Amino acid sequence: MTIKAKIIDEAGLNRTITRLAHEILERNKGSNNIVLIGMRTRGEFVAKRILDKIIEIDNSNPELGILDATLYRDDFRTRLKQPEVSVTNITFDITEKDVVLIDDVLYTGRTTRAALDAVMDLGRPSSIQFCVLVDRGHREMPIIADFVGKNIPTSINEEVKVKMNEIDDEDAVYLIESPK
Amino acid sequence: MSLSTKHLLGLENISSNDIQLILDTATTFREVLERPIKKVPTLKGTTIVNLFYENSTRTRLSFELAEKRLSADTLNFSTSTSSTKKGETFKDTVRNIEAMKIDMIVVRHRSAGVPQYLQKISNAAIVNAGDGQHEHPTQALLDMYSIREKLGKLKGLKICIVGDIERGRVALSNIYGLQKMGAEVSVCAPPTMIPKNLESFGVKVYTDINKAAKENDVLNILRIQLERDAGTTIPSLREYHNYFGVTADVIEKNNKDILILHPGPINRGVEVSSEVADGPYQIILDQVTNGVAIRMAVLYLLGTKN
Repeated sequence: MTIKAKIIDEAGLNRTITRLAHEILERNKGSNNIVLIGMRTRGEFVAKRILDKIIEIDNSNPELGILDATLYRDDFRTRLKQPEVSVTNITFDITEKDVVLIDDVLYTGRTTRAALDAVMDLGRPSSIQFCVLVDRGHREMPIIADFVGKNIPTSINEEVKVKMNEIDDEDAVYLIESPK
Repeated sequence: MSLSTKHLLGLENISSNDIQLILDTATTFREVLERPIKKVPTLKGTTIVNLFYENSTRTRLSFELAEKRLSADTLNFSTSTSSTKKGETFKDTVRNIEAMKIDMIVVRHRSAGVPQYLQKISNAAIVNAGDGQHEHPTQALLDMYSIREKLGKLKGLKICIVGDIERGRVALSNIYGLQKMGAEVSVCAPPTMIPKNLESFGVKVYTDINKAAKENDVLNILRIQLERDAGTTIPSLREYHNYFGVTADVIEKNNKDILILHPGPINRGVEVSSEVADGPYQIILDQVTNGVAIRMAVLYLLGTKN
């Protein structure tokens, strides 16, 4: 694994999160009806950071849940390695709420498709909005993010690695050569 | 992470890592069971046959529900309504079912070793749902899950299996599984219901229910299996109850912190009194709920393996 570039550093990540929080509040006219859902694994931490910002800016405290969409994937038959499942933890009702789904990287859109199905099984939200830290292109599904931290054009031989202090001891986004 | 085995035939030949993975995966499905829509699309397009050569309520319903909640297609086979009555052999039946293009077989049979035999004659993934007096791995897994959920761990716990150990496949699977997870397993029963050389498995043997209750964290009470001639090993059910029945008195006198499990069906007033079976120490119905989650985990882990 060779690092090609550090795209976002710690200060940059903090600024990006701040802007995303502002955009979410702007679009939804505050945080009255929103709930945040972070997608495992890194999306969970991005969501927590955005929530902290919202608390800071808006002085409000919307609900935060964690979603694991593994059971909704479309590649069980083609993958050689079995994906690991973990627990979804959404303890509130999402019906009639504006759900902000949060992930670290948007790539093919397949995980997002799985997550949309998973969310729909939990209730009937009034809307679902999608927020990502990095959009790296190469979509295979008709999916677009409402809030994008940074657009990073990549080649398919590259990978975007988001590092979060909570599990990686570092806040940064790297562009790396994809391990073949 | 994936299972190191293609089938679940028993807990004798499965690693503690595999058991750990099944228990952890079941936590995921336990959450699914709490949702308004208790179904995930994971096994869409997978066909599972429930091959039941012996009567069952809980296990069969539990497997069927687990399969449906994973969106698998299910076929149910039972001897009473099948061509077995017309003289078709087991092997022929299986080959015919397999020719219908199925992916997994969940099998229960009165003879020990049928799942192992099935694995040789079929390409499907095999799950043992109870074979004779041999093993009943998913029951033991759900027992372990339920204990872990309640007490937070398995390692170091003292767990006593009470009842017909010799005829109980649940007992054997529990002994294998719990020992692999680091629990101290003992049994409590009349000597006629305890197989010879059980101590060589590292299992302590009690013949006094009061002592067993006093010295253990968990009692897993098994049913006296009247259909398997349990009557020849005890003078009467009444006497069994008097000496080995778990009653409120036994618990209150010896150990008020004890956890009571029973895999069902319960013979009330024989191995356990109604007071205990419905009382505050037991998690009998949690076991049933957890059973669906455990079976979903097993089917998921085997069914999505390439």
